[in-house]
Amino acid sequence: MTPTNMPGADRIADAGWLKAHEWLLLRRVSQLSILGLFLLGPLAGIWFVKGNLSSSLTLEFLTLTDPYVLLQSLFAGHVMQSTAITGALIVLAFYMLVGGRVYCSWVCPINIVTDAANWLRKRLDIKGQGLRFSIKTGYWIFAMTLIVASLTHSIAWELVNPVSMLYRGVLYGMGTAWLIILAIFLFDVFVSRRGWCAHLCPVGIFYGLLGSKSVLRVTAMNREQCNDCMDCFFVCPEPQVIKPALKVLTDDKNPLIQSGRCTNCARCIDVCNQNVFSFTTRFNKQDGMHLQKQKEIMP
Amino acid sequence: MTETSQKAGAMNRRQFLSDTAKTACGVSLFGLGLGMYSQQASSLPPLAIRPPGALAEDQFASACIRCGLCVRDCPYDTLKLGRFGGDVLTGTPYFIARDVPCEMCEDIPCVKACPTGALDPELDDIDDARMGLAALIDQETCLNFQGLRCEVCYRICPLIEDAITLDLQHNQRSGSHAYFIPTVHSDACTGCGKCERACVLPEAAIKVMPRKLAKGKSAEHYRLGWEEKQKAGESLVNPDVEHQYNLPKGVQYDHGGKGLIKEKVDAVPFGGNALDTLKQHKAEL
Repeated sequence: MTPTNMPGADRIADAGWLKAHEWLLLRRVSQLSILGLFLLGPLAGIWFVKGNLSSSLTLEFLTLTDPYVLLQSLFAGHVMQSTAITGALIVLAFYMLVGGRVYCSWVCPINIVTDAANWLRKRLDIKGQGLRFSIKTGYWIFAMTLIVASLTHSIAWELVNPVSMLYRGVLYGMGTAWLIILAIFLFDVFVSRRGWCAHLCPVGIFYGLLGSKSVLRVTAMNREQCNDCMDCFFVCPEPQVIKPALKVLTDDKNPLIQSGRCTNCARCIDVCNQNVFSFTTRFNKQDGMHLQKQKEIMP
Repeated sequence: MTETSQKAGAMNRRQFLSDTAKTACGVSLFGLGLGMYSQQASSLPPLAIRPPGALAEDQFASACIRCGLCVRDCPYDTLKLGRFGGDVLTGTPYFIARDVPCEMCEDIPCVKACPTGALDPELDDIDDARMGLAALIDQETCLNFQGLRCEVCYRICPLIEDAITLDLQHNQRSGSHAYFIPTVHSDACTGCGKCERACVLPEAAIKVMPRKLAKGKSAEHYRLGWEEKQKAGESLVNPDVEHQYNLPKGVQYDHGGKGLIKEKVDAVPFGGNALDTLKQHKAEL
């Protein structure tokens, strides 16, 4: 692959590499600094935050709990005490505000693994989707985790969940958990393009459902400027979410990317050389206002 | 609807059904595997002890969210989290008494740290914790069972004289010494594991195990006569007949006292049988 046909090449040429990777870098900083804050304790003895992504205690007072684990626990037959429930409600409220799958792209450590896998897949020039999964597969797996929890009276999914496994492994000792991480990496490289995060992971399904009505959204507000370069489709981990907004396919002609599957990773904003995409709230359905304003200012 | 679109519709339906069936089968198999793995993994190895206040094992698997906050707040680094590929349910807390036992902190920080109630917040006195139960499992190697005075397990027990006592028994080998038998009392033992840690043998003779493993259970209908007698203040079997011993003439038996008592019988100088008289004299000498 030559640099000129790489997605975002135009953007890099016009705005510079840094601008074309602005949000990506911010995401990496977010993912790594959250892990870093957790690691400060065991590595340096600075206990800013304790625990892991399943439940954590920040500054000795703020408990945050993963609502998906809480849901599994509920299905397994345990009603948690108020500390955990409050923690889960805070997390729930946060992601309903900023977008459910912000968890996937800004927090989840597996995202770094699967992004790396996708990068390698491109470098190895592996074409196509590879193994295809029905769009519904993830939802089936999500339902299965809850059913297994209720049948075995155990939070069974957490036995193999690579998301919590990686965090727990880094913070408390890995065991052979790295095998699961490696398996997902290889799966995404050789078997199925973005197979894990986009098709199978039930954590992503949960947060996607949570985020289907979330406030913060990416909008294709300046879609009139789109020159069909397809770069956004190439970099997007869930390309199907862009089309309805960009190509005016919804009944209300809404430029917002409305699917809960959108992770708000903002790679589309990074690579688009026409400034089509931007962050906004779900209440802002203005179309091309940017342009109109610009035209008013510079006639 | 035209014929072709009908055909397309049929194909779509067929496609839909086969796709759904494929996914359902795949996911169900995955779920079956996961369920079986979770069942298999939920059998706790016998030397892994849960922290104080941990719910019963079947409830614990549904309540513990594997966050490790109890591990972080344990001041003695006693607790560990089960690792993937290990014996203990992945991500759940446990300790191995022989490595680092529970120091039985009075403020029980591990229980306070638990956000979910997997460690029961109602446990406010660490002496009420029932993490496991110590059992003097090997009498063949325990030094006190050999008549020696090791009793380190007894001395180190935080609930000495309640959870472990030394019970005296006659040492028949020496004939003039006592065995000091360390005896664990399940109504007081918290299962902290300090006795197992302290056992001087290369492999501990006293071990802490989950209570389910260490404790027997007597049948509900069993009654111990002497206890019932004490409770009732009298024998429950009426009348309490005094035992009649069928003894030779001139011999008495004092149960629990002097034992066999032979009265001095005036020897008959010459009985009917001279040989008998001789034997009797010889025995008395």
